[in-house]
Amino acid sequence: MLYREAGQFKASYEADQQIFPILQDRVGVLLLIGFFALAVPLFADQYWLKAILIPVLIFSLAAIGLNILTGYAGQLSLGSAAFMAVGAFGAYNFMLRIDGMPFLVAILLGGLCAAAVGVLFGLPSLRIKGFYLAVATLAAQFFIVWALVKIEWFSNYSSSGVITAQEIEILGFAFDGPVSKYLLTLFVVVVMALLAKNMVRSTTGRMWMAVRDMDVAAEVIGIRLMRTKLTAFAVSSFYCGVAGALYAYTYIGTVEPEGFNLDLSFKILFMIIIGGVGSIMGSFLGAAFIVLLPIALDVTVPVLLGDLVSASFVSNLQLIVFGGLIVFFLIVEPHGLARLWQIGKEKLRLWPFPH
Amino acid sequence: MQFFFEVLIGGLLSGVLYALVALGFVLIFKASGVFNFAQGAMVFFAALTFVGFLEVLPGWTGLEEGGRAVFWLAFVLSLGAMVLLAIATERVVLRPLVNQPPITLFMATIGLTFLVEGIAQGIWGANVRGLDLGIQDEPIEYMMENFNILISSFDVFAATVAAILVAALALFFQYTRIGRALRAVADDHQAALSIGIPLRHIWVIVWAVAGFVALVAGMIWGARNGVQFALTFTALKALPVLILGGFTSVPGAIVGGLIIGASEKLAEVYVGPFVGGGIESWFPYILALGFLLIRPEGLFGERHIDRV
Repeated sequence: MLYREAGQFKASYEADQQIFPILQDRVGVLLLIGFFALAVPLFADQYWLKAILIPVLIFSLAAIGLNILTGYAGQLSLGSAAFMAVGAFGAYNFMLRIDGMPFLVAILLGGLCAAAVGVLFGLPSLRIKGFYLAVATLAAQFFIVWALVKIEWFSNYSSSGVITAQEIEILGFAFDGPVSKYLLTLFVVVVMALLAKNMVRSTTGRMWMAVRDMDVAAEVIGIRLMRTKLTAFAVSSFYCGVAGALYAYTYIGTVEPEGFNLDLSFKILFMIIIGGVGSIMGSFLGAAFIVLLPIALDVTVPVLLGDLVSASFVSNLQLIVFGGLIVFFLIVEPHGLARLWQIGKEKLRLWPFPH
Repeated sequence: MQFFFEVLIGGLLSGVLYALVALGFVLIFKASGVFNFAQGAMVFFAALTFVGFLEVLPGWTGLEEGGRAVFWLAFVLSLGAMVLLAIATERVVLRPLVNQPPITLFMATIGLTFLVEGIAQGIWGANVRGLDLGIQDEPIEYMMENFNILISSFDVFAATVAAILVAALALFFQYTRIGRALRAVADDHQAALSIGIPLRHIWVIVWAVAGFVALVAGMIWGARNGVQFALTFTALKALPVLILGGFTSVPGAIVGGLIIGASEKLAEVYVGPFVGGGIESWFPYILALGFLLIRPEGLFGERHIDRV
């Protein structure tokens, strides 16, 4: 009753082509953005902003990136963290070497660097697929991190490749507090998420999905495989790159290439599995879940079990719960948290008259 | 030239260890079509369990510490643990996920990796442990005197064990009833089911065999580098071995392992100094990637034909 399409007529092309064609969705998204942009900065404390909200937003962006590649275009990748690293180091170098570089342009250029590298490592996808490709993307993961450590130019000759992000200043306003950094991150992430949402229902997105479902069949109906796969790699890496730049500038501040290791790649992969493969909203849910889970375990386990357990046991328990949840989710709901929301919507449609 | 041969032989011998891990992958992939990312974690689990039993058994049973009896008892118990792990995996992970797309199963095995690592360290603790198999890690004198090449007797022992293992597996697959059933399942699941081969038992058996291979690999590796969490990372090196050799080929795993092991050591020694060293971490992947561009199905893999 509250949530249904009935009675919402699309009388113009514009109405038909909106990103959110249903009124309730539009209102809901606006309310959500309004809540996170206006209410949260007023009430959240520093810890929440710095340790939870900013990383959730950044990882959501990275998860959207991987979701575009894996969820929509069907190319499994285990190298997303490396593309984040390229974005971070790209943005750093643009800021460092060009005087008066605007911050937003720098992170976009960092994203473009990541896109270029992504296309390069996406080339093998034209010849190989499936697990062979997944292993091939590991080459990107190890090679890029190695290159960023060894080629000292990238980190401006600092020891072991550590970079410290410069101050962010846009139009004379310094983004130095957690609130302003949070709002900046939120702005970039919301804009890029809406763009992604729009992209996946466009021609490009539909070509990706056709290739995902069966690439030979897609080729037969006239989709150019090479272009489609490479755009997927480029767009995905672009998103990861921008996420990496934000990671360096608004979250951590000081990053080293080793921080973007295989573990981070897996983390992003888990975000899309748990959130929902092939869903933009799922990327947000998954990122929130994966960021919050260790924090929740850290807080709850000592309270529940008291002094019975040691810190190392808690970290092992985290591994066990983490692994168990992934298996559990895959068995119970292979389509992730996003699918649960889908089911909820169907229920809402009928509520309160189920017959 | 002697130096070249030393590096080459050292590389080949470490390649044997990669091959052992890759072998576990291949067995499971052939029989159940699951790309088992948890193989590295299984190696870690097996090695840790073995070392753990070696430590606690003398206290429990009163056997002499470091003796033959403790060694074999620990080996049998660890093998039992691997079989239990195989049964649990089949029950908890594989059975509910039958008929899911391969990518889902792959991701499930990543989850399994975390689970197994967490359980292993939760039971036995996360300390680095030494493992002494009673084999000297010294250069063989005969080779030193006659060819002036340094080869550790331990490496030769590892290679011999690997060779015996592969030969035993080949015989097992070729001549036993279960081996035939395994090959039938690998060929065609449906056809195997229709002639009455119990798929689930076969899966348990194949995971248990992979667990056995993991135990052997873990013991050798643990004796060399200590039983520690880093075992799981080294096991990642088995992945380029797999794509080089083909996912479905046992000889491919062996040959691929030797190629990767030798080439990464040679590259590290002869190319590494020019680019700043440390290229061992990515060289195998790039090599395998370049190789895939020429033969997408690997060295011995089955050629794949797409039909719409």
